[in-house]
Parts: sequence; C-alpha cells; structure tokens
Amino acid sequence: MTQVPEITIHQVAKRYQTLTALTGVDLTIFPGEFVALVGMSGGGKSTLLRLIADLEQPTSGQILFDHQSREAAAPVIRVMFQEDRLLPWMTVLENLSFKSTDAKTKAAAVQLLALVELSDYADAYPGQLSGGQKQRVALARALMSHPQILLLDEPLGALDALTRRKMQDLILSICRQQQLTTILVTHDVTEAARMANRIVVMKDHTNLAEFPGPRNPHDARAVGTVAEDALQVILHETPTQTAQELSSVS
Amino acid sequence: MQKSMTYSTPAVPRPHRQRPALTAALPFLLPVAVVLLWQLGSSLGWLSSSVLPSPWAVVKDGVTLTLSGELPKNLSISLYRATVGLLIGGGLGLFLGFINGTSRICRLLLDSSIQMIRNIPHLALIPLIILWLGINESAKISLVAIGTMFPVYINTLNGIRSVDPDLLEMGRSYNLSRHDLFKKIIFPAALPQILVGIRYALGVMWTTLIVAETLSASSGIGYMATNAEDYVDMETVVLCIVIYAILGKVSDLVAKGFEALLLDWQTTKRSEAA
Repeated sequence: MTQVPEITIHQVAKRYQTLTALTGVDLTIFPGEFVALVGMSGGGKSTLLRLIADLEQPTSGQILFDHQSREAAAPVIRVMFQEDRLLPWMTVLENLSFKSTDAKTKAAAVQLLALVELSDYADAYPGQLSGGQKQRVALARALMSHPQILLLDEPLGALDALTRRKMQDLILSICRQQQLTTILVTHDVTEAARMANRIVVMKDHTNLAEFPGPRNPHDARAVGTVAEDALQVILHETPTQTAQELSSVS
Repeated sequence: MQKSMTYSTPAVPRPHRQRPALTAALPFLLPVAVVLLWQLGSSLGWLSSSVLPSPWAVVKDGVTLTLSGELPKNLSISLYRATVGLLIGGGLGLFLGFINGTSRICRLLLDSSIQMIRNIPHLALIPLIILWLGINESAKISLVAIGTMFPVYINTLNGIRSVDPDLLEMGRSYNLSRHDLFKKIIFPAALPQILVGIRYALGVMWTTLIVAETLSASSGIGYMATNAEDYVDMETVVLCIVIYAILGKVSDLVAKGFEALLLDWQTTKRSEAA
C-alpha cells in the first residue's frame, strides 16, 4: 500500500444556489488518524465528507492530499454510506468484486468476507441478509482495493444498539490494523468519542471546535465525558475543559 | 383451599400447507372446466354447431389441417412474422430507450417526437402501410415492429430513468467508467422494467399480427381464419382463435421464464440464506 496522505482542507466553502452548506472550513487530518465529525443535521458534516470523497466540488477553497491536488496525489478513497448501497442483483461475493472480476480480486474478496465473518454468505443475495450483515458487506467492499482513506457517512445509524456496538469494534480494529485514515460522520457523540482520536464539532456550517478522543476507548467514564463535552458545544457552545483534562490523564 | 389450575394449550394456528401438485393444477382448473362444459353443451344439443362447434370437432379439424400441411405452413409464417417484427421493433425500442435514458441531449432531441408518434394507434397506419408496401411480408412485419417498439421503448426509458441515484453515486465513488456504470449498475437495475415492456410487447405483437393477417394476407393464421369465414367453416375459425390463445400463453410463459432466470435475486428470501 502506498503511503497514506495528509488531508488539508483550506478555507473550503460550499453553496447550493442561495443555501450555504459550508463556509471557511480549515482542517488538517493526519495519516492514520481517526477523526469524527459530529453535529446537528444541516451542520455540514456530510457535505464536507462528500467534498473529500470528490462526490461534489467545493464552491471555493481547496482540499489537498500531501499538499498536492487530488489529480496529482490520486488518493484511494472509499466511502461507506448510511445505506448499504449493495447491488441487489449481485451475490455478496460479486458485490465485493464488482469492479473487477479477476482471480486476484476474488481471492481478496474471500479474505475480506472472512474478516467481517460472512464467509458463509458469499453466495447469498443482499436481500437475504439482515441490516447489520449488509453493512458488514458494505464495509468489506469499501476495504477492497486497499483504500488509503476511509470515509464513513453515518454507516451505523440504522442499526440496533448491539449490532452497532459490534460494528464499531469491527471498524476500529480494521482501521487500526490497516492504519487507514478514517473520517466518521455521526450524530452520536458517544459513538464519536468511543471510536475517534479526534472529534470535530461541525456547527453553523463550519468546524467550530475539536476535542481529542479518550486515550482508552474502553474507559466508559472518559468516553462519556468527552461525549458530554462535545454535546455541550453542539447545544450551547460552552465546552467544559473536563474532557481534555480527562483525555490527557486517562 | 387452593384451586387446582389447569392450563390449556393455546390454539396455535396450523401453518398453511401448500401441496405442490394441487398448486400446479390450479391454473388449469378453470379452462378445463370451461372446455368440458362446452363439450357437454354441444353433445346435449344446447349449443348449435352453426353458432359454436364442439371442442372435439375443433380438435378433429386441427388434426386434419395438420395432416394436410396447411396448419403447419400458416403457423410457421405467422411465427416468422411475429418473431422478425418483435426483433426489429423490440431492438429499436431498446436502442432508443438506452440512448434517451442515458443521454440528456438525445432525450431532448428525440423523446418528444417519439411520444407524439406513440400516441397514434399503430393499427390506424394499416392503410398507409398497404399503400406504401403492398400486402407482402414487409408490410405485416413493419406493423408488428411499430406495435412492439413503443412498449419496449417506454419501459426501457423509465427503467433507466428510475435507477436508484444512490447506486449510481456508489458506482461513481468507485471510479467506474461510463461503460462499466451502464453494464454493472444501470442495465441490471433497469432490467425488471425492460422485461415488463417485452412482456407487454408480446401481447401487442399477436394482436397486431391478427389484424394485419386478417386484413391483408394470403397466408398465416389470420388469413386462415378469414378464409374459413368466407366458407362458413366454424371449426377452423374457432381453431385459429384457440391457436392465438395458445401462442399468447406460450409467449407469456417464455417471458416469465426469462424473468425467473434473469431476476432470481428478486425472489430469494432471507430464509434461503446460508
């Protein structure tokens, strides 16, 4: 795998006719970092993710990869959406290898299915899977072709609490193991605090504040405090320092 | 004193069992009953043979015409006209549906005109086509082609235009080329609607052919029926109608077979997973 690039977002703005979705976003995301974008609906989280994914173009500003343009750096970016977006006419294995059907790709798909514990479902159609299983397939598909940057657009939003927790652990272990730069968009501040190294609060169409994630994601108290702090900013713009203090000592 | 309590097992609804043989036989029940009643009515003299010949008389007529070679000859020419007309019309409908579905420029250029022509009943073109092409094969094939083109076109266009935009975005996020986007997402997503169009076109195909062969032909099942009418040969007239019904049913079964083969993912259930 080629070196994971640093992402520099410089004064990015996005407008849809008269509607402002993003304004003046400045953010640097370092290689291998797991960043969570949190905030209320309409705050610009998903728009920022879509701009990084090249699904939309910024109205102004730049998104650079290792200080180069997207064309020059050609980063391998994959997106996991809130909906699984699996192709219903393809089997699970075909969904993973839908871009290329050569033997090497199929072998990689089989390996990834084992990683997400769905080897027994290789020949099943998406319609035969549960919501959690579909999202595991979508995660495996996003990991095909060795992405450098993984973008997660509220992928766990529709799952039940237990499945959601299992998926969080799975995503965390894969991202750490493969040293992926990961950006997670979520409404759930606890999920953000549990998974991310850094939590960026998006409010009023820009990145308003950020907190370091707890050093130990299994420390429920530290996770809860960081989450509460992020929530305070989202709701009142008055963060306490507790989260930062806790994250520095935990 | 403690009362003795009895617990009765709650009534559990029995699962509805389907017997495969009965399920397979059910669709044939009504047609067989109608034919039996028809035969009974004819045998008991309730139905005059000048109004409606008995099923048995129709079968005997069919055997005679088959042995003489007249029925196979007319059947094969009708099948030829239907198949070639459908291939031309369906092919054109698919092509126009594809280009108009995937290209905004083509859609702006062509769709409005095609929709205007589509609203002309294609059977109203018979006099014009006879004047242009006479009563030879090309006239009948052209009519079938015109009749079958529009259902295939409309359904192909709608199928492509209603592809889930989320799937298209997913494909683009994986940097699929335009060709791969069409082959791997647009076409398979539109296929159920395209097959609906083809199935509908099969019905139009037979209707058009019947009318075309009845009005201007010297061969084919439609011609056989018109010729029999001239000689008040009721058995052959009814035989031709029954043949059309059978051909229509066979066409529908073939279309259903294609749907089952190509769209098996739509019918698989969660219980069938590993």
